[in-house]
Amino acid sequence: MFDLDKWQEIFNSIGKHPMRTILTAFGVAWGIFMLVLLLGAGRGLHNGINHQFEGDALNSLWINPGRTSIPYAGLKEGRRIKLTNEDYDYILDQFDQAESLSGKYFLRGDKVVVYQDKSLSFSIQGVHEDGQVIESLEIRKGRFINQTDLEETRKVAVIGGFVERDLFEGEDPLGAQIVLDGASYKVVGVFHDPEGENTMRRIYLPVTTVQKVYSAHDALDQLVLDAGDLPIGAMNRLEEEITAGLKERKLIAPEDRRALRIFNMAEEYQNVLGLMRAINGIIWVVGIFSMIAGVIGVSNIMLIIVKDRTKEIGIRKAIGASPRSIIGMIFQESIFITTIAGYIGLTTGIFILWALNGVESEFFRNPEVNIWLAFSATLVLIFAGVLAGLLPAIQAARINPVTAIKSE
Amino acid sequence: MGTNRLHVLKGLDIDIESGSLVSIMGSSGSGKSTLLNILGILDDYDEGEYWLGDTLVDKNLSETEGARLRNRHIGFVFQSFNLLNFKTARENVALPLYYQKVPRKERAEIALEYLDQVGLAPWAEHYPNQLSGGQQQRVAIARALIGEPKVILADEPTGALDSKTSREVMEIFQKVNERGITTIIVTHEHDISKMTNHIIRLKDGVIENGLEHV
Repeated sequence: MFDLDKWQEIFNSIGKHPMRTILTAFGVAWGIFMLVLLLGAGRGLHNGINHQFEGDALNSLWINPGRTSIPYAGLKEGRRIKLTNEDYDYILDQFDQAESLSGKYFLRGDKVVVYQDKSLSFSIQGVHEDGQVIESLEIRKGRFINQTDLEETRKVAVIGGFVERDLFEGEDPLGAQIVLDGASYKVVGVFHDPEGENTMRRIYLPVTTVQKVYSAHDALDQLVLDAGDLPIGAMNRLEEEITAGLKERKLIAPEDRRALRIFNMAEEYQNVLGLMRAINGIIWVVGIFSMIAGVIGVSNIMLIIVKDRTKEIGIRKAIGASPRSIIGMIFQESIFITTIAGYIGLTTGIFILWALNGVESEFFRNPEVNIWLAFSATLVLIFAGVLAGLLPAIQAARINPVTAIKSE
Repeated sequence: MGTNRLHVLKGLDIDIESGSLVSIMGSSGSGKSTLLNILGILDDYDEGEYWLGDTLVDKNLSETEGARLRNRHIGFVFQSFNLLNFKTARENVALPLYYQKVPRKERAEIALEYLDQVGLAPWAEHYPNQLSGGQQQRVAIARALIGEPKVILADEPTGALDSKTSREVMEIFQKVNERGITTIIVTHEHDISKMTNHIIRLKDGVIENGLEHV
């Protein structure tokens, strides 16, 4: 294999036949290039969709009150359901699986917030301590709302990154007083949400403070819980149990689907993951078929090359080439061309993916490819190409040199 | 190939002595090329024995062994020259030595010597398509000689050449033979066979004349 003289003979042959060398090389390089691009595109799609879910806790349940649609326990249909602090306590006490739990109270529409001589509108939400986990917020400065804030209904605020930027314009917001509907709140923290333009324009207050200031008593607009690493089956069971428990507490008919609207993020995520798997499957199928097309193309060229070389093989045999040396010559030549071409296809594909790395759209970002996967695909193509060339080469080495010489 | 057997050669018994210059004559279909291919271990025979020197060449001989015998003991010259077009004259001549594992540099030097013997040293770096028919055949002869074979087998070596060039090529064969190399030339031209020492006349697969002196 590392006989220098043999390689010189091969390089000589390759160099003197640029056309067939280029044809073979192109077939291999193109096959690998397309496969790398396809796998990269699939990965990009995957990354993009994953990114969509990055803004919130993935294993979460979002419970919204609605109106009953079925009369039950002597109560008419169309009754408005209200969630309260008691429901919050109920879930907190009864369901240990809920690792994080927060009630939410929304102030309708955006509110004007005043800091010194500046006033801007932002959205305001009252939350519990666990609101941070549920919204996947990163605290950049200070802290999030804590238990003491909630118990003492303190007038404190945690503001989004854009609020800080627009309202404070570089000043340190921590400890500053902002005014909302005539009441003054102390800024205790700044958060960042990697995926959420809207969230970044939000101000979080302790939910108990909001209830008190806006005379909401114990009403909550939404209950959100996060179940950490709970598997999807257990998550769906938890959803059913909480729904059943709340329906019992609220005197809602068990079959009433409108009284409580529950959004199971985990289930949603599972659906998207299923979709992703389907897309991945399609990419694999397309990839494998394009590989097969590549293999057929390369095999075809190899067949033609060996046919093309039949006379040469006959001459070489007549002057004393053994069948083994003939097969070895064709084998090494094709392995050399396909390896180089495969490598070129691989690097070109990876380079293009690398160039696309900055691309960020809603459903596509950072395409990348598993290098070992691409590498093994290249090996498969090389192997197939060589095999395809080897069989006719063995045949050619077997035929009578006189017959081979006479072929044109 | 196929199931129909064709008896091309029938009951040949001939002893070509080492160092002789022999022509095999016959019309087309007389079996002269088949005989040459058997002598060159390029083709099998069904019955009888063929001894090349001390070696019995029969079906038990492996392909690899056959290749080795061709490489070491036999030099071929064909009607259509059969040079590799993508190699220079020198590389073509050197090719048999490649299969004898002679180092590249040494091969190139020896090839030049043999090209010089056929008067083509100045054309060493030319490709076959840059050479005339006679020059190509002389390159082919140099290639046949480079392995220092015991036997040169030439199949209609002048078939594609004009009479003047044919004569020149035959003179080379005579010189080769003077060095003691057995030379067997298949031809249908009387002018050519007259330049050899012995003539074997084949007709319908049978030798007509024994070994006829010229």
